[in-house]
Amino acid sequence: MKIIGILALAVLAPLAHAADSDLDRLMSALSQRKHGHVTFVEEKHIAMLDKPVKSSGELLYDAPDRLEQRTLTPKRESLVLQNGVVTVDRGKRHYTLDLRQYPQVVPFIESIRATLAGDRAALERVFHLSFAGSFDMWTLTLVPLDSKLSGSLKQIALEGTQDSIHQVEILQSDGDRSVLTIGPAVTE
Amino acid sequence: MKERRFAGPAVTGTLLWVALVCVAIVIVVHTRFTADLSAFLPATPTATQRLLVSQLREGIASRLIIVAIDGGESSSRAQVSAGMAGQLRKSPQFTAVSNGDESGQERDRAFLFDHRYVLSESVDPDRFTVAGLRGAIQDTLDLLSSPAGLLVKSLLARDPTGEMVQIVDQVGAGQAPRTDNGVWTSKDDKRALLVAQTHAAGSDTDGQQQAIEAIRGAYANSVAAMPEAARKGLSLEMSGPGVFSVAARTTIQHEVLRLSLLSMALIVALLLAVYRSVPALLLGLVPVASGALAGVAAVALGFGVVHGITLGFGITLIGEAVDYSIYLFIQARQSWATIGLGVLTSICGFAALLPSGFPGLAQLGLYSISGLVAAALVTRFVLPHWLPSRFRIRNVEPLGTAVATAVRRAHRASWVLGVLAIAAAASLYVHRNSLWNRELSALSPVTQADQDLDARLRADLGAPDVRFLIVISGASQEAVLEETEHVGAGLEPLITQGVIGGFETPTRYLPSEQTQRLRRSAIPDAAQMKARLEEATSTLPLRASRLEPFLSDVEAARTHPALSRKDLEGTSMAAGYDSMVVRDNTGWTALMPLRAATSATGAYIDIEANKVRAAVAAACGATGATAGAAHADAPADAPVPRACPERQATVVVLDLKNAADELYSTYLAQVVKLSAYGLAAIVVLLLIALRSPVRMLRVVTPLALAVLIVAGGLAVLGHQLTILHVIGMLLIVAVGSNYALFFDRRATDKQRDAVPLTLASLVIANAATVVGFGVLASSSVPILAALGSTVAPGALLALVFSALLAERLPVTPGGS
Repeated sequence: MKIIGILALAVLAPLAHAADSDLDRLMSALSQRKHGHVTFVEEKHIAMLDKPVKSSGELLYDAPDRLEQRTLTPKRESLVLQNGVVTVDRGKRHYTLDLRQYPQVVPFIESIRATLAGDRAALERVFHLSFAGSFDMWTLTLVPLDSKLSGSLKQIALEGTQDSIHQVEILQSDGDRSVLTIGPAVTE
Repeated sequence: MKERRFAGPAVTGTLLWVALVCVAIVIVVHTRFTADLSAFLPATPTATQRLLVSQLREGIASRLIIVAIDGGESSSRAQVSAGMAGQLRKSPQFTAVSNGDESGQERDRAFLFDHRYVLSESVDPDRFTVAGLRGAIQDTLDLLSSPAGLLVKSLLARDPTGEMVQIVDQVGAGQAPRTDNGVWTSKDDKRALLVAQTHAAGSDTDGQQQAIEAIRGAYANSVAAMPEAARKGLSLEMSGPGVFSVAARTTIQHEVLRLSLLSMALIVALLLAVYRSVPALLLGLVPVASGALAGVAAVALGFGVVHGITLGFGITLIGEAVDYSIYLFIQARQSWATIGLGVLTSICGFAALLPSGFPGLAQLGLYSISGLVAAALVTRFVLPHWLPSRFRIRNVEPLGTAVATAVRRAHRASWVLGVLAIAAAASLYVHRNSLWNRELSALSPVTQADQDLDARLRADLGAPDVRFLIVISGASQEAVLEETEHVGAGLEPLITQGVIGGFETPTRYLPSEQTQRLRRSAIPDAAQMKARLEEATSTLPLRASRLEPFLSDVEAARTHPALSRKDLEGTSMAAGYDSMVVRDNTGWTALMPLRAATSATGAYIDIEANKVRAAVAAACGATGATAGAAHADAPADAPVPRACPERQATVVVLDLKNAADELYSTYLAQVVKLSAYGLAAIVVLLLIALRSPVRMLRVVTPLALAVLIVAGGLAVLGHQLTILHVIGMLLIVAVGSNYALFFDRRATDKQRDAVPLTLASLVIANAATVVGFGVLASSSVPILAALGSTVAPGALLALVFSALLAERLPVTPGGS
């Protein structure tokens, strides 16, 4: 069940105070963020298809563990992660998944959730972390520690400036990938 | 000469007794004992009752045992669960064992995937037209773009129209319990869960017991295979109808033994205190033992099987049968005519139960009649000859004199009776709306603790008790499957409306041949399919050339022979299908259990039966049948049998709880009616025997008062009356009439010198009866306790009231 696989989130908010430009500083800045609401566009590049499939919608985050992905095109769909339980609504269909039952989904979820929460310890339980760039413009690459558990996931690369995430790229072992680009904040 | 005159009948009587005892022992030794609810299920049911009874006795639910492994570490529990599942799956006693592990899931998935074009409800005549293909593939591409996209990516080449996604939706993923360490677990992760479906029917108590022992054995083996440290704190819990019947049988066996011993001990103590003679005590018990033996033997002969609960009722016989020998030993002049009349009135009371359509009651009636008759006959014709020539018991005349004085003093206060009677009547009036317990579960021998455990395990499993079943009966498997599909289509809107949460249907795994044919015929031949796919994908990012695997799969499906039951072999769906499609001597039956919808808070919402019935009726209407309308005036809660003539299948919406409670109401009404007949028979008998309405009234009035006051008292104490209370009241009359008759005789008897002894014998006999029933009142089996707590006070009151009223009512010369 990789339903959560492409879930990605980002947050735009007022600038946090400046600090040392390293991973801990990024994490600390991210952890200050309690709420975010942005738009997204996602492209999936799949070898079988002549061109990527696109979707778009909105992402919401409330610290420390509520994520929501509202897809608006091509079909309305809502996916909510809260307290380790994922609920999906698609048309008439309603699904509920308890993440504890799907350990293979955990890397996908933790990559996003723990990054947004600035929880470096949680990330390092699942991934090998490599940080490139500076606090002002960074790339955080996550490679699963346990390849058996992570299934088809090869790596996740997050790009951002300061405490804003701009793009999440998920690379699969068969070469297919998805790129999620974060748009501007939605005014509520 | 005198000696010789008595020797003949004495020897004959004794020899006859010995012979009968031997015969009875042989019968009893070969008797089968049972303890399920069957004693309380009708012997000649209506059509709906037959469905209900067969469900309760043999249905899917009756065969399920829920197993929980509690305590210890999560990993230990998972290991035990896996070990047990492995062993139980090899046992022929189980048709299916599920614990959430991966075993068989791969085979299940392969079956569903391989046969997706006949299983998918999306496959209709338009599915593989150009437009249909384009729409289906576009839907799949949309799904690819969603967060769930990676789920379908790997299936794209073989299943671009998304049939597998449709099937997964149909089968209802997400219904399973939570998984932890690879096995099912409770919501709080404290228990590992396993569900076993037994081969034995729920009504087969012996088979269920063997299954339970097999589960215990598998648990012990699995625990023993683990290192010492990991075993700590682990425990096993089980629940289910079979577990209940086995536990009930054990409880009843224990209770019968415990209560028999207890009431025996108390009565022995009582008699020893009174008689001060061991021979008298032993002789006094002979009629009791003979009666009990005769009762069991008679029931075994009459019914072939003895219900455990009958033995429980048998305890009451101890208290009653001992009365006769008390009269024999104590009364100076044995009034066999009065005792005989007493026995006859008791027989009238119990005989009323014989025609009952419920085996439990009929057994009780037969048991009591044969027991009482045997005890009375042994006391009258065998026991007197056994009395030693120097037979002596303590003189109880002082006791009798004291009682006589007390009665004389007390009768001045007998106005209290009137007050009590009015209070009791008032109490019955006040509680008139809540007087009766109308639920079948009132008769259940299952303890509250076991019911709580069952509720907890079902909640853990997310499997509420199935209350609604749609039952489809027809002449052939194909007929019931076709009708099942129609009903299923009719139920779909109810899920959207939130009336039901969902339903199970066998046609998800095996559609009717007609539907399979329809779906296969939607697939065009290979060349045409290829052409259509080219055209459909021309505007899509997915090229037809990448979909060769799809073309070969769909062509294989087009020419595949129809699926049948044997294709399910080796998958977990086989057991599921077999539990829903059953063949019996009258034809085929398919069952569709309904699931309750859940509210936002996760609580189950009660299913509205009338909406389900309307939907089912409409589903048939859509096929052109009009039979549904014929039942439009039936009460909303009644099952609506409805025929779809052109399909030769009948559809019934069965509300198991409602049907069970209706059954019980019928049962209650019948018992009240039979008891009334029994009382009427007693009145008529007394009228004939006493030849005087006044004397009849003198006998009946104290009994009626005793019944009234006991009923009022039970209402005041908040007890809802069940069938057992009604029977208890009948017993008050049957037992109490013995006392009342003695007082009647005394009132009309010129020979008053025997009064103190008669009074003493009545007091002692009454004490024995009250002890017998009083012990029963302490039983943990609710129906035994109900009987005891009605008759014990009732018998006491019957004696007191008879004594008090005897002094007040006029003496008539009629019977002297």
